[in-house]
Amino acid sequence: MVGGSGMGGGLLENANPLIYERSGERPVTAGEEDEQVPDSIDAREIFDILKLLRSLPQRFKMDVHITPGTHASEHAVNKQLADKERVAAALENTHLLEVVNQCLSARS
Amino acid sequence: MAAAAALEAVAPTGVLWGLVQDFVMGHQEGPADQVAAELQFTAFDEFRSSLENPEPRTRARGIQLLSQVLLQCHSLLLEKEVVHLILFYENRLKDHHLVIPSVLQGLRALSLCVALPPGLAVSVLKAIFQEVHVQSLPQVDRHTVYSIITNFMRTREEELKGLGADFTFGFIQVMDGEKDPRNLLVAFRIVHDLISRDYSLDTQGLITVWPPNDPHGIQREDLILSLRAVLASTPRFAEFLLPLLIEKVDSEILSAKLDSLQTLNACCAVYGQKELKDFLPSLWASIRREVFQTASERVEAEGLAALNSLTACLSRSVLRADAEDLLDSFLSNILQDCRHHLCEPDMKLVWPSAKLLQAAAGASARACDHITSNVLPLLLEQFHKHTQSNQRRTILEMILGFLKLQQKWSYEDKDERPLSGFKDQLCSLVFMALTDPSTQLQLVGIRTLTVLGAQPDLLSPGDLELAVGHLYRLSFLEEDSPSCRVAALEASGILATLYPVAFSSHLVPKLAEELCIEESDLARGDGPTKCSRHLRCLQALSAISTHPSIVKETLPLLLQHLCHMNKGNTVAGTSEVIAVCQSLQQVAEKCQRDPESCWYFHQTAIPCLLALAVQASMPEKEHSVLKKVLLEDEVLAAMVSVIGTATTHLSPDLAAQSVAHIVPLFLDGNISFLPENSFPGRFQPFQDGSSGQRRLVALLMAFVCSLPRTVEIPQLNQLMRELLELSCCHSCPFSSTAAAKCFAGLLNKHPAGQQLDEFLQLAVDKVEAGLSSGPCRSQAFTLLLWVTKALVLRYHPLSSCLTDRLMGLLSDPELGPAAADGFSLLMSDCTDVLTRAGHAEVRIMFRQRFFTDNVPALVRGFHAAPQDVKPNYLKGLSHVLNRLPKPVLLPELPTLLSLLLEALSCPDSVVQLSTLSCLQPLLLEAPQVMSLHVDTLVTKFLNLSSSPSMAVRIAALQCMHALTRLPTPVLLPYKPQVIRALARPLDDKKRLVRKEAVSARGEWFLLGSPGS
Repeated sequence: MVGGSGMGGGLLENANPLIYERSGERPVTAGEEDEQVPDSIDAREIFDILKLLRSLPQRFKMDVHITPGTHASEHAVNKQLADKERVAAALENTHLLEVVNQCLSARS
Repeated sequence: MAAAAALEAVAPTGVLWGLVQDFVMGHQEGPADQVAAELQFTAFDEFRSSLENPEPRTRARGIQLLSQVLLQCHSLLLEKEVVHLILFYENRLKDHHLVIPSVLQGLRALSLCVALPPGLAVSVLKAIFQEVHVQSLPQVDRHTVYSIITNFMRTREEELKGLGADFTFGFIQVMDGEKDPRNLLVAFRIVHDLISRDYSLDTQGLITVWPPNDPHGIQREDLILSLRAVLASTPRFAEFLLPLLIEKVDSEILSAKLDSLQTLNACCAVYGQKELKDFLPSLWASIRREVFQTASERVEAEGLAALNSLTACLSRSVLRADAEDLLDSFLSNILQDCRHHLCEPDMKLVWPSAKLLQAAAGASARACDHITSNVLPLLLEQFHKHTQSNQRRTILEMILGFLKLQQKWSYEDKDERPLSGFKDQLCSLVFMALTDPSTQLQLVGIRTLTVLGAQPDLLSPGDLELAVGHLYRLSFLEEDSPSCRVAALEASGILATLYPVAFSSHLVPKLAEELCIEESDLARGDGPTKCSRHLRCLQALSAISTHPSIVKETLPLLLQHLCHMNKGNTVAGTSEVIAVCQSLQQVAEKCQRDPESCWYFHQTAIPCLLALAVQASMPEKEHSVLKKVLLEDEVLAAMVSVIGTATTHLSPDLAAQSVAHIVPLFLDGNISFLPENSFPGRFQPFQDGSSGQRRLVALLMAFVCSLPRTVEIPQLNQLMRELLELSCCHSCPFSSTAAAKCFAGLLNKHPAGQQLDEFLQLAVDKVEAGLSSGPCRSQAFTLLLWVTKALVLRYHPLSSCLTDRLMGLLSDPELGPAAADGFSLLMSDCTDVLTRAGHAEVRIMFRQRFFTDNVPALVRGFHAAPQDVKPNYLKGLSHVLNRLPKPVLLPELPTLLSLLLEALSCPDSVVQLSTLSCLQPLLLEAPQVMSLHVDTLVTKFLNLSSSPSMAVRIAALQCMHALTRLPTPVLLPYKPQVIRALARPLDDKKRLVRKEAVSARGEWFLLGSPGS
């Protein structure tokens, strides 16, 4: 279910939402198969395959924010996300790291 | 005990006594079998002392031994002996509880006796029911009791029935409280037999069991199924079972819901109105609730299935004159609860309601009639009330569902058909949908139209004319997404089989007109859109050629169009001629099903195509470019596929008629059967004809290589020699290849024998002569390749010889690379010749066999070859490996590993790619073997991940990903290096490469970290 982001005003329509079919795998276009044509990195690609800093080419810089209006303590969480040391410290917690890695692992 | 006495003389009494003593005292378990096996049976006297022993344990051992002996020899007992034994055992039932298990064993042995006199079965059972409290025995002994009952039921049915309700009551007492799944399975089987064989029943007692939740050893499913078989075996359980089922459906446990819905479904097969009557409202309420509020698709599906069988059950029952029809009231109930949901503007419960109604309507013609006549007007009204396309689409999809259900029932009387009253409304609604701007609505409209059309005698000629008009319009839609056009073409094809007249009178003329307009417009140079209209027109013509009578109109149109193009009225491009040929090919495919149309197509299209081609190949007076179009490689290839498709399904005698015309045309220039046969010159493709004429051998190939194997080809000897000659003629590679293929195709089908050997000898001589020197080495090589393929496919003994010759050419400086690529041709499937569809002899495992026979030689050749030709061997090998099914390949790969590793350094990208694709599954399947080479693998893969070829980069990254399956300690030293190196492909210019890089790098990051 997708809110009204595509339909003007960004209104959420929770009462009787439009239900979209789940989009399938991104179809491979002829351009993508052509050796000569460079493909630019677009939003769909970010969404599909690039979820981590480690998946991005080095020339990119990344900011992580909570989507505005979707979290009760949005501001506080954003602050914590921006605090590099805090994030690094969190990843030293073996248990937390284990959970994160489990989410990342492609193997079941 | 006469037999026993006789045996006694043989067996030394002393030994037997010792054995019995040993067993009874518990020294040994063996003697029971030994005693039984050696003596079969013996005098009671031997046991007497142990059977009368005051110590119950010893008595039990004694009886156990006797029982085991009886089990071995029950078939030999005489009636007198059986009576005696039974009396003894019945008496023993009153004995100490330690003795009981052995007594039951003995009774089980006796229950198997053939010589059991009448009356004893009943007395044994009575004794058991009376003396033994079965449920306090261990599982094995309870099982013995069930076995005794089963045995008696099998052999003494009449006697047990004489016991009447006492028997069933006794049995129920015996099994009451049974919890062991192994025993339950047996007990359920007994109950099922009790019911199905009309034992007198006290049913109330029976409905007390439900599968325990924790059955071990036996699948829960088995228990459920056997219990369901019991419960659903008689309508007499209904009044007790139905409340139980309703209660279970209402429970919270998912599995209980599913079980009880399935059981209800099964019960409906035997129940009638009488049994269901009182429970219908509650059943309906439960099912409705499950479907409306379901969390699980399975519950929904089972609920709908149960509703369907309930309705079917109600529809089936025979009514008495005064009884009320439960079906009507039940359906009215359903309608009442569902119909308002169909009208609610927010359309929340629309689908569940529609599914419920459709499940009920799918049960019987009567139910379908009742529901459809109520729901259709409502839905039609709703369609007009709603204005949004997506709402209309939902409603139309529901209508479609109800219409599809109609197809299940056939109505004999036209007036009875419930749809006829709504026909006009439905048609106008469908036509509205077809003109709607929403593609989704159009698509549903097209499907609905197809279903309406499938109803016999529903649509009037007027409706059909309109429908055809809509389909015509939709087939020419200029939209980005082709889904609607494709659906319209498909629907036209389906409807054309049902209404050929409507299509040939309303659509074919329009399409014909379209093709004509095209020509004059195109003359004015009116752009590419005309071209695409043209293409659509051709597609539509082939789509509707599903009925023989339509083919008789569309085929001449297409051929006429081709002739016009060739006459130079229009500027025909290659692509347009190919488009016409593709249409023709599709028509030919549709004709294959019907022998008559197949012959019609063959007879009409092939002479015409040949005439056009021959005409085009004549020496020119005026140098027209147009005619040359027909002789281009791609156009000829398209014609080849038309001729092939039109030939493969011919019956052998008709094919023989055709071959009698076509072969003389090519060999003798006999043009008499062609429709237009006044040509400026002679047609002599094999003699001194022009190069254009020689190219037409491809058409001959298409025809003779598609014939059934039984068809005899006239002048075969001459034909083969001419083909050989042409195949090594160096002026035109197209025609020499066509000749070689044609020769190979004929060779493959030729029956083994002297003639085949002669042809082969000719071919080998020709090849050797050509290969030795001179201008036609490459033609001779092509001939060798095709002949080898023809023989490899049919496992001909000479094939290995020719393959060796081919392998020898791998080190030929001139032909080496071509020979390497030739292995790809040997292993792949062709489309025009040597196909299974074209009746070629293709053995199923030829690839595996080729692999086993030739790969060792290839490997040896590789090691022996000089450095500069090594890549040829690798390439040949990689073609063979690539075409082989991976499961076949995997066990062989480790022996090839060193070669594969070397192949990674080969500069040829084909070799790289195929090597990578071989290594990737190997990394996944055999990580231990591969971990020995980790250093080489990491370096080579990383090198290849920056190859100029995208496919190689992708495969290399996939291998990098697969590498992570190797044991982690082996990989960890490489982790930093790999992660650094994989940063580069993350920024590859191709998205598909980046995708692989992301997943490979992600996996390497996780190596050795917790949780991965």
